[in-house]
Amino acid sequence: MWAVLRCLFMRDLLLAVRRMADVLTTLFFFVIVVSLFPLGVGPEAETLRTIAPGVVWVAALLASMLALGHLFDSDFRDGTLEQMLLTPQPLSLLVLGKVMAHWVVTGLPLVLMAPLLGLQFDMAPAALPILVISLLLGTPAISLIGAVGAALTLGVRGGSVLVSLLVLPLYIPVLIFGAGAVEAGISGLGAGAHLSLLGAILVLALCFAPLAAATALRISLE
Amino acid sequence: MLRVSGLAAVRGDRRLFAGLEFSLQQGALLYVRGPNGSGKTTLLRMLCGLVAPAAGEICWRGEAIRGRCETYLQQLFYLGHLGALKDELTGIENLRISASLAGREVSEEQALEALQGMGLVACEDLPVKFLSQGQKRRVALARLLLSDAALWILDEPFTALDQLAIERLQTVMAAHLARGGIVVLTTHQEVAITAAVMQVTLGIRRA
Repeated sequence: MWAVLRCLFMRDLLLAVRRMADVLTTLFFFVIVVSLFPLGVGPEAETLRTIAPGVVWVAALLASMLALGHLFDSDFRDGTLEQMLLTPQPLSLLVLGKVMAHWVVTGLPLVLMAPLLGLQFDMAPAALPILVISLLLGTPAISLIGAVGAALTLGVRGGSVLVSLLVLPLYIPVLIFGAGAVEAGISGLGAGAHLSLLGAILVLALCFAPLAAATALRISLE
Repeated sequence: MLRVSGLAAVRGDRRLFAGLEFSLQQGALLYVRGPNGSGKTTLLRMLCGLVAPAAGEICWRGEAIRGRCETYLQQLFYLGHLGALKDELTGIENLRISASLAGREVSEEQALEALQGMGLVACEDLPVKFLSQGQKRRVALARLLLSDAALWILDEPFTALDQLAIERLQTVMAAHLARGGIVVLTTHQEVAITAAVMQVTLGIRRA
């Protein structure tokens, strides 16, 4: 059973390596959106420091949103998804494998890039590790929740717009606790509580999102 | 082995077919014939359990296949219009990955042998996107040679194949039938296989 999970995970990583453009678009989108804010808001260091956690987090949400389109779409169009439904393996496990690979390819680069963008906003050095940890807990949850939306809108015309309407409201708790953790860290309150809640959201998403996405896929493919 | 009773399909508000009955024993070949839009693909997808029938029942070894029946899926090989190939992967990678998703490990040599069995030589290292339509179809069909499923459901398997490949595929199917397997296929082509051949012809119904 785990062999299947690993096989699908490795396959999606291999595909991502051969389709590097998809990975890079997400990352560059993230960098550009974050970099636009200082240009629009103005260069006052105090303002930038205040908005930094929120800006980085919102940009991370939007970038992962953008990447959701790639999650099931190519498998759907070339018929691989249909074959996955016909394997004797539990579909939710296959979904989990795909989402994990998707996170490694699109979420992890954002996490690694975030401290650099934090510096651009003159964030306190002590807050950078918290930013990374909060994104490390938050972005997998975002990928998992997004997978449900992506599965539901599969093959629907204008699906990418629809998926943002469906999924963005569900991202609100992740955003609140993610950005909140960083702000709490900066103000010296301690980010522990926020990070624990983020972790709880991730565990919940890990348990239920693959099941929901698998059901949604079955409906979409009928 | 495979028994279908009172099967009906509805697409939108149009009834595609109703009251379909047949039963297939070991070594049986079933042609599904009918004009475009008569519901051939729907019937095949229904047999796979991808589409729920509007009425009726599909039984495999006496057991109805409602929902996802693991023992049935282990015995099933389905090839649709889409070849289920990843364009960025080579033929060998495609075969090995789809085999391990189906729960079988296939070595590189076995995959290569299967490709050669479908008459693909010297293009096993190329990503599938560089292959022609017919060659892609051959890669997809090479999965048949690696499968140990008893029931093959093939949707237009002969499309885009040249005469030589058609003959090879017929040999492969005949061998499968001789082993006691079952083949269900749609085709617009005459196939020269002597086995327990059955036909289901679907017609267009006017509402």
